[in-house]
Formats: sequence, C-alpha cells, structure tokens
Amino acid sequence: MDDSILTSILVATIIAGTPLIIAALGELVTEKAGVLNLGAEGIMAVGAIAGFAMAHQSGSATLGAIAGMAAGAVMALVFGILTLTLLANQVASGLALSIFGVGLAAFMGKPYESATLPVVPPLRIPVLADIPVIGPALFNQQALVYLSWALFAGIVWFLFRSRRGLVLRAVGESPASAHSIGYPVIRIRYLATMFGGAMGGLGGAFLSVFYTPLWVEGMVAGRGWIALALVVFATWRPVRVLVGAYLFGGVMISQLFVQGSGAQIEIPSQFLSSLPYLATIIVLVVISRNVNTIRLNSPASLGQPYRPDA
Amino acid sequence: MTEQQPPATRAPGGTPRLELRGIRKVYPAVVANDGVDLAVAPGEIHAVLGENGAGKSTLMKIIYGVTRQTDGEILWEGQPITPENPAHARTLGIGMVFQHFSLFETLTVVENVALALPGAPDLGYLARRIEKVSEKYGLPVDARRLVHALSVGERQRVEIIRCLLQNPRLLIMDEPTSVLTPQAVRKLFETLRSLSGEGCSILYISHKLDEIQELCHTATVLRGGKVTGTCIPAQETPKSMARMMIGRDLPVPQHGAPLAGGEVRLRLAGLSHGSDDPFGTDLKDIHLDVHSGEIVGIAGVSGNGQQELLYAISGEAPLAEKFPVQILATEAGRMRPGRRRRLGMGFVPEERLGRGAVPRMTLAENALLTAHRHNLLQKGLIDFAAVDAFAFECIHKYDVKCGGAKAEAKSLSGGNLQKFIMGREILQQPKLLIVAQPTWGVDVGAAAFIRQALIDLRTSGTAILVISEELDELFEICDRIAVIAKGRLSPARRIADTNVEEIGVWMSGMWPGAEDSGEVRHAAEA
Amino acid sequence: MLPRLEARPEPSNAMRYASPLLAVALTLAGGLAIFAALGKNPLEGFRVFFLGPLKDVYGVSELFLKATPLMLIAVGLSVGFRANVWNIGAEGQYILGAIAGGGVALYWEGSQSLLLLPMMVVAGAIGGALWAAIPALLKTRFNANEILVSLMLVYIAQLIVSWLVHGPWKDPAGFNFPQTKMFSDSALLPMLIEGTRLNAAFVLALGALLAGYVFMNRSFMGFQMQVAGQAEAAARYAGFSAARTIWTGLLAGGAMAGIAGMGEVAGPMGQITEHVANNYGFAAIIVAFVGRLNPIGIFFASLLMALLYLGGEQAQQYLSLPSSISKVFQGMLLFFLLGADVFVNYRLRWSGGKK
Repeated sequence: MDDSILTSILVATIIAGTPLIIAALGELVTEKAGVLNLGAEGIMAVGAIAGFAMAHQSGSATLGAIAGMAAGAVMALVFGILTLTLLANQVASGLALSIFGVGLAAFMGKPYESATLPVVPPLRIPVLADIPVIGPALFNQQALVYLSWALFAGIVWFLFRSRRGLVLRAVGESPASAHSIGYPVIRIRYLATMFGGAMGGLGGAFLSVFYTPLWVEGMVAGRGWIALALVVFATWRPVRVLVGAYLFGGVMISQLFVQGSGAQIEIPSQFLSSLPYLATIIVLVVISRNVNTIRLNSPASLGQPYRPDA
Repeated sequence: MTEQQPPATRAPGGTPRLELRGIRKVYPAVVANDGVDLAVAPGEIHAVLGENGAGKSTLMKIIYGVTRQTDGEILWEGQPITPENPAHARTLGIGMVFQHFSLFETLTVVENVALALPGAPDLGYLARRIEKVSEKYGLPVDARRLVHALSVGERQRVEIIRCLLQNPRLLIMDEPTSVLTPQAVRKLFETLRSLSGEGCSILYISHKLDEIQELCHTATVLRGGKVTGTCIPAQETPKSMARMMIGRDLPVPQHGAPLAGGEVRLRLAGLSHGSDDPFGTDLKDIHLDVHSGEIVGIAGVSGNGQQELLYAISGEAPLAEKFPVQILATEAGRMRPGRRRRLGMGFVPEERLGRGAVPRMTLAENALLTAHRHNLLQKGLIDFAAVDAFAFECIHKYDVKCGGAKAEAKSLSGGNLQKFIMGREILQQPKLLIVAQPTWGVDVGAAAFIRQALIDLRTSGTAILVISEELDELFEICDRIAVIAKGRLSPARRIADTNVEEIGVWMSGMWPGAEDSGEVRHAAEA
Repeated sequence: MLPRLEARPEPSNAMRYASPLLAVALTLAGGLAIFAALGKNPLEGFRVFFLGPLKDVYGVSELFLKATPLMLIAVGLSVGFRANVWNIGAEGQYILGAIAGGGVALYWEGSQSLLLLPMMVVAGAIGGALWAAIPALLKTRFNANEILVSLMLVYIAQLIVSWLVHGPWKDPAGFNFPQTKMFSDSALLPMLIEGTRLNAAFVLALGALLAGYVFMNRSFMGFQMQVAGQAEAAARYAGFSAARTIWTGLLAGGAMAGIAGMGEVAGPMGQITEHVANNYGFAAIIVAFVGRLNPIGIFFASLLMALLYLGGEQAQQYLSLPSSISKVFQGMLLFFLLGADVFVNYRLRWSGGKK
C-alpha cells in the first residue's frame, strides 16, 4: 500500500475517532458517578446544531465549539433535574432526551441546511509533523484532536489520582455510603452529568464545525449511541475508550481502505456504511458474554436512582 | 460470665456529654420518635434498647446528622447543636459505626478511611496511622487490602478504626454484634470498655438483652418511638428489661418433641458449587439430611455461603448436576424453582421486599407469585376470585395486619409482611419448607407467632430447614443444628447435645473433623 | 424556601390518571410559548397546529390513519416495557416488516388471490419479529444490552431498505427514483371509509389493543412479565423464566412493528421508498409511555401523537414553520410526562422542618 494512502488513512481514522473519544470520555465520567445518561445522541445533535449556528453567526469556530459545550451541558442539566431531583427513571429519561434532542436539532437546523462554514485548517506542529507516515497523522491535526488527548490525560489523572475523583468513584459505587459519610451525592452527580453533557455537545460541535463543516439533519448518525457502547466495551477504563474510539474511527472510514487497497470490488456503499453499527453489536456481544466482566467493572450503583432521605 | 462495672460517674458539675430533649421525628406514614429524652455521661456506655421498629435507628441518624429532627433539641456538652450532616457531626466529636456498613467494596481499606477524613491525607501516612490504632485497640486489619476481600468481622473493624481516627468523644454502635461470632463479640466488648475507660462515651444500640447486661452501664428503653423507661442493666433481669421493651412478658414457644423416624425430604449429597458472585463464597462438599417432622437449623455469620446454599436449594442457581440436591427423593439439582415447588418445596427468602414479595403489587397479586399452582389459574388466565380468596385466607390465618388483600406489599410492616409470606408458603402445604432469617427485622410479637407457626408445621409432619444468624432463635425452635463456615457445613447435632458456646466455636470453622480450609478465594481485584 | 419532595405512603391513584393530562396541558402551554418565541401569534399557532387538522371528516380520518401504526407498535412495545425489556429498535423492525410485506406483494405481483393480503400481514409480522429476535438472542445468550443492539439494527435496517430501493428492487419504470413499483390493487389494504385513506389496518390495530389488554391484565404470562419488570429477584424466586420474558417482550414489539410497517406500504404509500419509516418507531415509544403502557391509554395517546404529526404539516403550510416542529412537541410531551409522573409517588412539601 502506498505510503501516502496509509498516512491519509491514519489521519482520517484519528479524526473520525475524535468525536467518539470526547463524547465517550464525558459519558464515562458521568457513569463513574453512577448516572446512566442514554441521551448522548440527542446531546450530540443539539451540540452540533448549536455549534454550527454559533460558528455561522459569529464567524468563529472556537465560539462554535464553546456553544456546543454549553448546549450539551444545558441538555444534561434537564436530564439531571428529571433523574436526580425528580427521581424519574434514568433509562426512560435518557431515551426521551435522545428523541427530543434529535428532533430539536432537526427543527433548529432547518434554516442552516444549505449554509456552509469555512474549512478550519489543521494545527500543524513543526518538526514532529515531518516524521514519515505517522507524523502528519499525529501532529498535523485539528486543535480539537490534541485537546482530546489532553482531555484523556486530564480525566485519567482526575479519576485515579485526585481526591475529588476518588470521591466521585465512591459515589458511583455506593451513594448511600457516600451520603452517610457526608458527601453531597446529588451535587456530585449533577456536576458529573453536566460534564458528560458538555463533552457530548463538544463532540457534536466537532462534527458540524470541523469535521464536515455543514449541517444535515441526522448527521450525528448514531455516534452518540456508539459512544455509549464504547464505554461499556471499554469496561469503564479511559485507555480502552481511546483505543476503541480509534478502532471505530477506522471502521467508519472503511471506504478509504477499500480504495487504498486498489481492489476493484463492487461493494454497495450501504454495506460499508453499516459496518460501524455491525461492529458495535459485535463488540457488545464480546464484552457482555461473561456476566462478571460487567459486574466487576461497572459502577455498582449505575442507573439506580438515589433517594436522599430514606 | 458477666463483668460488673460500677455505674459511671458524672463529671463534676454533672454536664452530660450528650443530652436529647423532647426529640420528635415525623415521617409521612409514621412518627418514628415521639418526645425522646436521653442523657449520656462522659465515659458511659449507654444502651438504647428496643425491638425492631421502636425508633432506635432514626434517633441515631438524627444525632449523626443524617437527618434532622422535626422537634426537640440536642445538647452537646451543655451547648445546643444542630448536626448539619455527618461530616459536621464528626468535627463535633461524634462517630458512628453503622449496622449496614458504609464501605466501598472496590477500594482499599486506606482509601475507604481516607474518604471519611477531611482534607487530602497522604495515603502512606494514613496506612501507618491505621496500623497503630488497630494495634492499640486489638482490631487487626491489613490496611492495603481491598474491602471486598475482607470478612464481615474485618469490615466492622475498618468501620470502627475509621471512627477512632477522628478521636470521637461519643461513639454510636448500631447493632454491632449481629454479624459477629460469640467469641468476636467478647473481643469487641474489650475494645469498647477500653475506649470507655479513656473517657469516650458510647451509645450502644441493640435488642440483645444479655449483651446489654454484660456491657452497658445504663439503658434507655424505646417502644413505639417513646421512652418507656431507663434502668441500670446490672440491676435488672432479662425478663424485666423485656417487659419494658415490649410491654409484656416475652412469649415462650411451645416446643414439643420432634417426630421420630421421618423420611428424608431434603438431601444435600456432596453439594459443591462456585458462587455466581465474584465476591461470594463457594460451597464445598455439603452433606445434610432433613427429615419430615423435624426442624434443622443452620447457624453462621453472614457471608459464609448462606446465600449460595439457599440459591442452590431453591433452584434460583441451578447446578451442573442433578444429584447433589434431592427433594423428596428426586434428584433436583438442575431443576428450576417452579419444578421444585411442584415436588412440594416451599421457600421463605430473607429479602422480603423485592424477592419474597413485589413491593408495588397487592397482597393478592403477591399470592399469585408462588401459589399459582393452587387452583388460581384457568387455562393460563388468572382466576381473580380464587386469588382474592387465597390472599384473604392467608391474611386471616396468619394475623396479618394490613389494609386488606388490595394493600400494597410495601405498606406492611416487616413483621406483617413476613407473616404473609410465610402464610402463603404454608397454605400451599409444602412437604419441605426452607426459611431464611425468619424473624430478622420483625417485632417481638410477630417473631413469636412465626416461630410457633414453624414449630406447629413441623409437628404436623413437614420437614423444615431454617438458616439464621440469631443463635437464640435457632436454639429455641430447632431439633438439630449445624454450622456453615466458609462454604462448608458442619455435622448436625441434636440441640439437646450442644450449647451456644460450642456452636460459637464451630462458627469459626473449627468443628471436629474439619480440614484446615484455606482462605476463601475471592475474585482478583478489578 | 424551596419545596422538597416527600415520598407518599401510597402511590396516588388520582395522580396516575392525572399525570398524562397534566403533561398534555404543559405541552400545550409550552407550545404557546414556542409559537410566541418564533414570532407567531400564539393563539393563531395553537389554532393552526392543534385544531387545523380536525376541521373536516377527511382530517379526522387522517388522524386515525396516522394513529394506526402508532397504536400497533406501542401496544407491542408496552408488553416489553412492562417487563423492563427495552425495545428501542421498533423503527428498524417496522422497516423490516415493510420490506417483508412489500416483498411478498412484489413477488406475487399481479396475483388476484384473496390470500395475498393475509400473507403480507403474516410476512410483515415475521419480518419485524425476526429483526427483534436478534437483540433477544444476543441478550439471552450473551447478555448484550438490548437497547444498544436494537438501536444499531435501526441504522442497519435503514441502510438495507436504502440499498433495496436504489438497487435490486428499484422500479425500472420509475425514472430512477429510489422506490419500488406500486403495488397492485390486491396487495393494498381495503379502505374503511370512502373518500378517505383510512384502511383496514385500523381494525388490526384495534384487535391488537384488545389482545394486548387481555394478555397484560388477565394472563399469567402477562403477570410474570410485570413481576420481572418490577422486581427481578422476585421473578427469579418465583421461577419465572427470564429468557421467556425477554423473548416475549421483544417479539411482541417486533411483530407489531412489522405489521405496522406492512400496513404503511400496503396502505397510504402503496410502494416501498427510503422514507418508509418516518420516525414512527420512536414516536411509538413516546405513545407507550404517555399511554401508561396500557391499551386504553395507548389508544388516546396515539391520537394525540398523530395530532402532533398532522399539526406539524399544518404549521408548515400555514405558518411557514418547518414540519419537524412536531418532533419538538413530541419530545416535550415525553419530558413533561416523566416529570409529572414523579408526583404519583412523591408530593411537594414546602420546607419548614420545625413546627
């Protein structure tokens, strides 16, 4: 295979995996606190339209990214109110958020359907980007790609090396025990949920402002759900989220593989497009087969509502 | 062997360390505390005595800041205080060891202790402090182990050490001995006396009269949320304290003799089974026969395989082979619960709400849960009239105080729900009845009723297996008794041939003929 | 002085019936606010959106026509939801039902047999059920989460139908549009009322509601599924098979969704196109919740949801608003319902700890 084709595959893989990393890491933090937010798809959709609209109005891609984060955090706040304060069922509320978010984004996005944004050039790191083959893939990328790596490092440090992260994990393990020691369980869960929402919104904004700078209804195309599956597949460990996201990124750009291999096979585009979804099903099966894998690694209180004054 | 302690003397000036005046706590459905007065002197070991539901736990939650009283005041060393939350209570000098531990299984001992301490302590330094305290008070524990790998007794020690590291001036112990062997209880008492001697006051919550007599200087008795009396346990008898606790004499069950020569209704033949729970206990080579017309009891501290044993017998965890569990001479090891019930098995599990009964369903619907074979169905459709009649009969025969067959299961008190569940199983005329923790969390009246019901059932020919953590209860109702420890079962002895001390020793796994069983293998750390 | 939530000693029956009504009222109020925010006269918006579709007999028949697939799918889903079996992939099962039913119609095109339509119904049910069998199998054998699996299958189903109408099943005389041939008359559902599009699928839907009622409220299997949904440990204790619960829950939803899909292509559409699904699978989830997982509630909730769909179309025509405003309303309705439901088990207490 031609070197330059390999490079472009690597570049594309990393870019394709980035929104997944951002959204999945955010959801990981939320779930580590014991909250299951199935609204990721809706949050990403709203983040995408908010980001696009802001970038379009203001002319600044950065403002677009921030708007995406804010929109995601607000959506997550609504979810938090429903599930943490009003104690509604977390699964139903998350589904509601997804359905509503996708619908809201479609509605808000109508005026922008034929709008375009200027393409944001990648941020090149001198010297390192000249390394053959992998240089451009790792060091000539969008700023958000570098940010996603920083996010990964930050979350690892936070969860496993900081006291606040320890408290968050304790809350996810046993909110009743954390409460009886005196930690503000609900407040911690709100913060974790809103962080997850902000990350989901950022991931969505990445899609519409940086990845393909335009807006199409349904452009999130299930990435939110895939991010959720990714957290399970990674057994709630950030390193595995990173690896898994890039694997999925690779699957998503499989058309490049086909072209790059030079083969002259007639593969219907729909089949290639279905690969990420098939891959998600397969990884879910693989990771869930052994009941204990999930039981040992998932936060013990995941998905269960917590009633403060029992 | 009771240790007589002189009554604690008050500090000069007579200021109690902790005083409660007129504490009231009102919940939507019940008044948990109704005008409670209490005073604890420095260094005093003060018992709070009462049966389940009397309001003891609520009172402790108020003192520890977990919840707020509706009315009344709390005085700490003479000054009125309002504990905002547990962290605040700890800074005041109040520590609490809960009945159901507030530990995090997937974290280490050090991390667990760190979570309870303010600030960001250095974990290495903390580990050394833990070891020092653990030595000083005779509470051996390894600071670096993951909590899920610890036994229940060790976990309690972690809870206590966690409290002690903050130099409490008042230590609240909520039903501490329900998870300990008799020998471990003695050790705990030594620790508590040591603390009391240093001036730390202790509030000791319990319903166990003999322990209170042995350990405590004074006792406040609660019943139905009110204080019915205070006394000095050393000067009382269990009977007089019981009368203050329940308002009348403790009922004594009519035991009668076991029926001789009954057939074997349950046989465990070399039952070995790995636990489904990564933190559970594997069963190893269990042998037991239960005959018709007898009650066999299995004693043991929780966490030694009782759950796994019950799942294996009830069918909720089918085995790889059919032969190790035989119900009425049929090899049932691979059968699911429905088929085992068809053979004549009944089962009363230890969890009432959520397993023995569905909380949000009515009693009538809950009758359908296991009694459906009892003519309650017509070609797959429910015969509602028959279901209602069954539930009605159950409620009346078993004295279930409730709002009728349409009442939701969760609206019943623990004792009444247990009577209903037991009644439901017994009305199906089982040939074999398995019962787990029959009177846990049940008021004394209902407990006596339940125990008598079991005895009567035995006398009518049913084979009964009871698994319980309350030794007194087992000695009261059983004909034979065995002990489960670390997944192994001791031989069964006739009740008349043994006593509490011997069974207590066996509960550590040391019965004659036991091989030296190694450590129970738990899952590797995550 | 913030209000607190306090647990009720018993769930309030009054609130159980009132909460969907409260949710509807809040949605209407929210709608007025949205119209105002978009610069339209709120009352005008209300009239066009909610009353516009009902102005004549044809409009009302359209209401029932749109509600039909929602009823079918929602009653099937509710069987599973009661047992905590979360079939979120009804959209995909609907598509597979349309493909299967439509496939039968295309294969036997030109046939005048009276058996054609019943065969199509059966094919639709089987198609949807097979697609739902995948998450059922993966959950019972491998513990794979049925929400994610059934959802992924939605995307895959959309791609399958896209491939079919762009490729092998494309109408050669269709000017290269991605659609199949129109079905012959014998493959179309008979109309119920002359001059409207309301067809026999509505009768099927009513039948499904009745069957659902009997199953869930009177059958022992329905009881077992309710127990499984409320207290998993109790279901295990009672010996109710978890696998049977999962299969029943998923297949019921799948079969119903499949029939709905077939009804759409053999009804108003008359052919298979890429847009066969129109989000009914997801809207039905909302219907199931708003209808309290109860066939009678589902009947009314379907009508309401259908009204929201039609309202969107009216808004597009008369208010120049995008028709996807329907989705906003639908989502709002679900949110408000989840919020209002809280008050079944809790009530508001204004803080004041001491007397």
